[in-house]
Amino acid sequence: MTAVWHYISLIFRLLIRIVTAPVWLPFWIVWWLFEKTGINRLIVKVAMALGLYLVFKNLTRKPLRLFLTMFATFVAFLIYGTLSTFESAIDAGVELSADDRLIVVNKINFTQPLPISYVNRVKGLENLTDVTHLNWFGGYYQDPQNFMAMFAVDEDTFLTVYNEIVLTPEERQDWLGSRQGLIAGKSIADQYGWKVGDRIPINSNIFSKADGSTSWEFDVVGIYTGTDAQTDTSSVYFHYDYFNETQSFGRDFIGFIGVRTVDPAMNEGVIKAIDDLFANTPYETETVPEKVFNQAFIEQIGNLSLILGSVVFAAFFIILVIVGNSMVLAIRERTGEIGVLKTLGFKSTRIFFMILAESLLLAIFSGALGLLATSLAVVAVNQAPIQLPVLVLTPAIIIEALVIMIGLGLVTGILPAVNALRLNIIAALSRQ
Amino acid sequence: MAALFDLKNVAKSFVKGKEKITIFEDLNMEIEEGDFVAIMGPSGSGKTTLLNMLGGVDQPTGGEVWFDGARIDKLSEGQLAKWRANNVGFIFQFYNLMPMLNAARNVELPLLLTRLGSKQRTKNVMTALKLVELEDRAKHMPNEMSGGQQQRVAIARAIVSDPKLLLCDEPTGDLDRATADEILKTLQLLNTEFNKTIVMVTHDPAAAKYAKRTLHLDKGEFVEAEQAA
Repeated sequence: MTAVWHYISLIFRLLIRIVTAPVWLPFWIVWWLFEKTGINRLIVKVAMALGLYLVFKNLTRKPLRLFLTMFATFVAFLIYGTLSTFESAIDAGVELSADDRLIVVNKINFTQPLPISYVNRVKGLENLTDVTHLNWFGGYYQDPQNFMAMFAVDEDTFLTVYNEIVLTPEERQDWLGSRQGLIAGKSIADQYGWKVGDRIPINSNIFSKADGSTSWEFDVVGIYTGTDAQTDTSSVYFHYDYFNETQSFGRDFIGFIGVRTVDPAMNEGVIKAIDDLFANTPYETETVPEKVFNQAFIEQIGNLSLILGSVVFAAFFIILVIVGNSMVLAIRERTGEIGVLKTLGFKSTRIFFMILAESLLLAIFSGALGLLATSLAVVAVNQAPIQLPVLVLTPAIIIEALVIMIGLGLVTGILPAVNALRLNIIAALSRQ
Repeated sequence: MAALFDLKNVAKSFVKGKEKITIFEDLNMEIEEGDFVAIMGPSGSGKTTLLNMLGGVDQPTGGEVWFDGARIDKLSEGQLAKWRANNVGFIFQFYNLMPMLNAARNVELPLLLTRLGSKQRTKNVMTALKLVELEDRAKHMPNEMSGGQQQRVAIARAIVSDPKLLLCDEPTGDLDRATADEILKTLQLLNTEFNKTIVMVTHDPAAAKYAKRTLHLDKGEFVEAEQAA
């Protein structure tokens, strides 16, 4: 009977190990590599040279507690890093907006159309360099779930007004010369496996052709990238003329007008001039800087910063409690040892900084691992065939994370460090 | 011999609740350099308090404590820490080794407070371990050693920075007779061969016999052996 229980217990423990492998295996591999390559001995030497040997030994004296505390902090920074890159990618639409670019939409709201004749009337105003127009197509590829941001645009002016779009000279030439030509951003082209030269059908969930079909044929003539790593490359553009001539309703209407001014300082005057020009007409306009337009668009989703900030705050608050509690317990267990160190002649301030260094090292090392995992997750997400903005682990996010790591280390270490600082030797030794 | 320690009219008391507890009222003693003093007495007689004051981990509420011609009872906490690191080696009843450090690293601890380089520290550590006949156990962790071996490591730690004074608080209290004798012989050797001044608190008359002289403490005063008994 005992043997049966022994084997049941063995199988149970094995199952637990297998189920929890994704958690412990990476750490075990890192530890094993350290042992095999001698990095652990190097760490000890560096710690000795920096006077951190005792800190290092104290940190590693209870491997399970160290692992659990590090894992909790690691997860917090992984959450922070991932959500911050996501937020940064969303904000990039606003941040990367050109200061001298204005958007002209129907005053009722941006889903209402404007007559195409407005484009030429806007072109007649002063202090503008370029004017183009775009129309939301509501396109999807093969399945309505494969929805995409797709616009019918004026091919002649579009690339001048939206000059962050990067195409090769040959692709530009083909774009201008092909009536059914389409340019797609790199991320969406990768998602669907489109290549230059492909002929693809795309349906619209809004428009239909004169023959009743909702499917348009296009030639992929260019795959664009952006001038910035965070430039959106998930959109698709095609010729307005092709769209206008084949659609069954709403001809000669457009979604919005994109305008570039000679200088951002002129924006206010140009905005007033455009809106005054169309005042008291059936299609009054509202002109806003692109930044404002994009910001308002994002805010429709909700206050993303607040939502993401709340999640990150909750994660860090929990970590603060876990790590803080762990540090307090760890130091309390060492009361006698601290008393001995003080007896040997270690100054209270030195012990204070040793404990603070311990919590700082813990937070910085675990946080750095969290950021490393974030960078791997970012690469994986960017490679994955899903429609997400381009994620970038920016220097600003890394610096912010470093500040949080230092803050976390200081906050979790300060209480036990102060307790150790104030610890009376006789009381400490008698508490052993 | 010159007096290494000179206690003049030392008083020590503390308040517990509403009650003032007096341990010493007017204690006077001299310890010469190279002396080996055993302090005996019943529990509560003030032995450990006296040892703590000699080691600068506790300060008197009155009187003066002089060490090697310098008054130490008025030193700040930081100054006392430095003084202890330079002058005193401590040996405790329960060894008090750091459990996460091996024998050599435990012995090295006081040297981390000096400016010695890594090689010199290692050399000094090995010399100290050799003196207590534990050089082959340098890499062993405390939990891999017997009580007697741990206490010898503690002795090595106490002497590694070559202090003038060794303070021992019941150094054999946790050991069997044979091991206790080995430890006491080591202390005697340090006293006779290396001129270390040793003050040892003990309950064990057999241990006290290894000292050059024995002082009996009772109710905060030194008394004759017969009186203490």
